[in-house]
Amino acid sequence: MTLNLKSFGSLLGSVLVTLLGLAIVTFMIGRVMPVDPVIAAVGDNAPEAVVRQARAEMGLDDPILQQFWQYLVQVLHGDFGRSVLTHNQVASDIAHYFPATMELATVALFLAAVIGVPLGIWAAVRQGSVTDQVIRVVCLAGHSVPVFVLALIGLLVFYVGLDLVPGPGRQGIIFEGMVPTVTGFLTVDSLMAGDMGAFRDAVHHMLLPVCILSYFSMAYITRMTRAFMLGALKGEYIVAARAKGLSSWTVVMGHAFPNVAVQLITVLVLTYAGLLEGAVVTETVFAWPGLGQYLTTSLMNGDMNPVMGTTLLIGCVYVGLNLLADLLYRVFDPRVT
Amino acid sequence: MLSDFRTWALDDNANSRRQAAWGRRYRVWLALKGNPLAMIGLVIIVACVALAVLAPVLAPYDPAMQELGNRLAKPSVAHPLGTDELGRDILSRLLYGGRVTLGMVIAVVVLVAPLGLAVGAVAGYFGGWVDTCLMRVTDVFLAFPRLILALAFVAALSPGVQSAILAIALTAWPPYARIARAETLTIRGTDFIEAVHMTGASSWRIVARHVAPLCVPSLIVRVTLDMSSIIITAASLGFLGMGAQPPSPEWGAMIATAKRFILDQYWVALSPCIAILMISLAFNFLGDGLRDVLDPKQS
Repeated sequence: MTLNLKSFGSLLGSVLVTLLGLAIVTFMIGRVMPVDPVIAAVGDNAPEAVVRQARAEMGLDDPILQQFWQYLVQVLHGDFGRSVLTHNQVASDIAHYFPATMELATVALFLAAVIGVPLGIWAAVRQGSVTDQVIRVVCLAGHSVPVFVLALIGLLVFYVGLDLVPGPGRQGIIFEGMVPTVTGFLTVDSLMAGDMGAFRDAVHHMLLPVCILSYFSMAYITRMTRAFMLGALKGEYIVAARAKGLSSWTVVMGHAFPNVAVQLITVLVLTYAGLLEGAVVTETVFAWPGLGQYLTTSLMNGDMNPVMGTTLLIGCVYVGLNLLADLLYRVFDPRVT
Repeated sequence: MLSDFRTWALDDNANSRRQAAWGRRYRVWLALKGNPLAMIGLVIIVACVALAVLAPVLAPYDPAMQELGNRLAKPSVAHPLGTDELGRDILSRLLYGGRVTLGMVIAVVVLVAPLGLAVGAVAGYFGGWVDTCLMRVTDVFLAFPRLILALAFVAALSPGVQSAILAIALTAWPPYARIARAETLTIRGTDFIEAVHMTGASSWRIVARHVAPLCVPSLIVRVTLDMSSIIITAASLGFLGMGAQPPSPEWGAMIATAKRFILDQYWVALSPCIAILMISLAFNFLGDGLRDVLDPKQS
């Protein structure tokens, strides 16, 4: 558990530089947008003098570096501006929508790990067999379907065809607003309120989007597990363990797997970050009121403050998760210094 | 003729550089031929490219021709895949849509692979602050999920095919730079680079003529595996209304429109879904096979 302070420092430094880079990129995205923010604020017919005054008041005449500095200061104070569409502060909108996305992503990751890791181990142990080939094709298919295609097919089969799951949305109309918001996770909130009906309804609504999201993560997790396990099973200590006459279960799970586990934690953390991306498209199909839907609705309407805010936030979450993966790796794997 | 080529290419004592190069290519091909999945992928890709290129000849109708009396028709002899909400022939739109998708993919790869190669090779060969700067920039672009950064870029540039290509390219180059850099680092210390250096070659010449070409095999594998991801991103952008705009027969945009009728007229959405699935699966099959052949370290 020794953490090299110097390497930790340089890691932290590079993360800070990356975060600054993120801010620069979102700032530039905001600058090159086709909608003139001044015209948007004062209207098309405003006289020249008003436009010029508004431009000055909005700080758009300042040198670009000064503008960036202002943007940075605002962002650091949690101020992402106001959304034209919802009239709310972008920060409070994000606080409202983010839990819905996290709920989806967390459950999906859990499911993906529970299924994906054993599948990957199985494929590695049976390398080259029919089982391995089948798992390989299933995983490659997971890489090859766009999320929205699978989501639409899922809706078609399980909602329209078999009527096993409820339609799009996060909760049934009769439960809307019935559960007080505490954590923002509908399942947790309904359990805390002791409303089992609402809980069942929330789980029911989550079923299909979670399954679809987790299939994509599962494909990746299985592939990585297989690759890591193949590497581990080639080790000489595995030959030694087999020579000692240990059962193949003990060899695989007791000797090979622990060496892979650390790498797998990293993969899981990174998968979680990837789920955010999948959530954007899934949410549009399932009308899931999360960050992804907020982002796409704002995009459609050219509402740039939410777009910049959400992009920056997701970028930061991404960097944070990468940092977490890196740290976990350093802490748990004694071979890395 | 073919057997002549075979003996010539597989000759262990190649007499010319050309013979050695073809020998290597032929061996890759032989190894690839032994992988059934990769061959299936290759066949599908070749077929799809042919279909897209020959779309004007093969398509039974003009993809933009509307026939409002025959909206949302079921598949029939006249319209093998049915018609969409404006009575346009879906098969014809699918074929033309292939041109849009493949065109976008090719444009992205042409933009991205040389850029990534250049950045990675320069960073890896020169090291020091050049490396640090270039890799920090790479990290920043890697720090966004691809689709989300592409969405934000497109929103800033105004939706359309060109913006989508640019946005996907901007989000796709960092992994190429990473790979090229990693390859360069292993090549940099080798004796033959030292030898070239001693003959007086400039650093730029070494990077361009001796380092970069050796990074190409890894990049080819990456490009092939990346194709499906590019196709999916392009289709997702189209689906979210940020890529190719209607009436362009782009597959993602077609699905987005067909989504409204999916409950009753599912076949309108089904064929573009299958098209995307097939082509990206094919690229993944081929890429997986190529990786086994060209990059034995990873398999």
